[in-house]
Amino acid sequence: MSTLKKVLETKKEGLLNIYCTAGYPELNDLPTIVNALHDAGVDMVEIGIPYSDPIADGETIQKSNAVALKNGITIDLIFEQLKECTPDIPKVVMTYFNPVFKYGLEHFCQQCQKVGVDGIIIPDLPIGLYQASYEEMFKNYGLSPIFLITPQTSKDRLQLIDDLSSAFIYAVSSSSTTGKATGGLSDGNTYLSGLKDLGLKHPILVGFNISTSDDLALVQKHAHGGIIGSEFIKYLSDKPSPEVAAQQFVKEITKG
Amino acid sequence: MKYDVNEQGFYGDFGGAFIPEMLYPNIQELKSSYRKILNDDAFKKELASLLKDYVGRPTPLYFAKRLSEHYGANIYLKREDLCHTGAHKINNTLGQVLLAQRLNKSRIIAETGAGQHGVATATACALMGLECIVYMGAKDIERQAPNVSRMKMLGAEVRSVHSGSKTLKDATNEAIRDWINNQEDTHYIIGSVVGPDPYPDLVTQLQAIISEEIKKQMDGLPTHVVACVGGGSNAIGAFYHFLEDETVKLIGVEAGGLGIKTDKSAATLALGSRGVLHASMSYLMQTSDGQVIEPHSISAGLDYPGIGPLHAHLHDCKRVLYSNVTDQEALEAANRLMQLEGIIPALESSHALAYLEKMTFNSTDKIVINLSGRGDKDMSTYINAAT
Repeated sequence: MSTLKKVLETKKEGLLNIYCTAGYPELNDLPTIVNALHDAGVDMVEIGIPYSDPIADGETIQKSNAVALKNGITIDLIFEQLKECTPDIPKVVMTYFNPVFKYGLEHFCQQCQKVGVDGIIIPDLPIGLYQASYEEMFKNYGLSPIFLITPQTSKDRLQLIDDLSSAFIYAVSSSSTTGKATGGLSDGNTYLSGLKDLGLKHPILVGFNISTSDDLALVQKHAHGGIIGSEFIKYLSDKPSPEVAAQQFVKEITKG
Repeated sequence: MKYDVNEQGFYGDFGGAFIPEMLYPNIQELKSSYRKILNDDAFKKELASLLKDYVGRPTPLYFAKRLSEHYGANIYLKREDLCHTGAHKINNTLGQVLLAQRLNKSRIIAETGAGQHGVATATACALMGLECIVYMGAKDIERQAPNVSRMKMLGAEVRSVHSGSKTLKDATNEAIRDWINNQEDTHYIIGSVVGPDPYPDLVTQLQAIISEEIKKQMDGLPTHVVACVGGGSNAIGAFYHFLEDETVKLIGVEAGGLGIKTDKSAATLALGSRGVLHASMSYLMQTSDGQVIEPHSISAGLDYPGIGPLHAHLHDCKRVLYSNVTDQEALEAANRLMQLEGIIPALESSHALAYLEKMTFNSTDKIVINLSGRGDKDMSTYINAAT
């Protein structure tokens, strides 16, 4: 069983997943950040593989992608860096279809397995294409596909996504790009409060637009956990030590 | 038609809808309704009337006598430059605005490179009283100033895009992001035969009127049809009704920039490899790590690192020959047309004209060049090149 599945099995609520962009803020910061997040008690990390044209991302993550690419990050270097990360924290990678397609999907899956990546988020991978061409491959390399759902995702589609999933489901808090909302999430959000009643087999982690400890507490109440990206990237941007910053950020966001 | 898109949204290996889940409802809505709307009699009547009385269609197929004498063949210009707003782009935007109305969308967004699609979108929105927001790369805003002013005068909001190469690719990213954030009331009018299924086919169907008219205007079939290709909408428009007339040679001319052996080019089919850009599988200019390469062309409308999926398919099955010409060759061709025919062509269309230099002719050849736009917007480039 993957590290990711083990964590999901043993911890049923209050999960915290933090996103960081590989190659940001400095080229080789990834292992330092991942290990610091692990030490700070984060349950899993989502590692962004930078892409020149991230259409689902807002300004903050666009910028971190651009900086990382300028720093010289490559997919092969990210796999090297992942070897330096502690094996004890579950890792999922997030990227777009084109870099993985160009790298070669099978080769990419192989490398993921080698360095202990348990899940892949490719927001622009069509579900039909996944079923037709990649489902078998992901399984062979022990990788869980992680699909997004939105407040507009239909019942039939939710069912299909649940059936295709093997780890968790990524619910976006509202249909938007990342890091878009201002003013935080509201307690009266009926989409969030209805998540547990969707009747899905897999745990749901909520991401997009979680910027305060209140937001996090809210999604942890209504779902199995939360995913924080843009807010952490912003936090890292002006701190001298990514290690200290990662630990402080977790403390602040969990009110720990 | 054997080159039409299939049920899954693909032309051979190319096309599809590589979109994030957030856009799924919009794309589904469009996919399930666009064919029905396009084929609806009331829609067809309204669009035909606007194309005739507002745009000025059919545009002439002009026999270019002095250009023909110069090359020793029969050269015809399809005068899309005479369309209202100065380019073929309005064929698409009027159709899509009528479509948006039927989908009850009150807000229109668009991307633009040279500004021609932006102007055509702003125009159609003014005509229909719809809110219009146009995304344009900061670099393009600088080099296409007259079109920026036009859009603003027509009531559109022009949003400057500072990410990436600050050109068409990045403006398209930003428009897609806007659509993700405003999906309920917004229709995205893509300006070319690119983007997720069903856009390539939607725009193809709306631009196909170009070749439909050429066919009626010509005595018999042409031997060649030549058009410039960025994303490829004027080219598809000019080729579409000839695709199954296998004797007609179809030639797409990409922007070679400083030359395809330099790193300053936008000739996607010459330099690209398979991949996904703006949500469809096609060819694109990219690094070995799948990062999109910033293109270069003197022409903002061709300065795009991708190409429509139908073009990728027509390239692979060899139905269309794709070539490229440099910035310099395009400028020379523009000057030739100005002096021989008294027509100032758009820099984009000048790429198609420049291909004449690379052809060998029979005196009986009948060559149609799609003169996709007029050159008013490019005056500063032409003036700078002349001094």
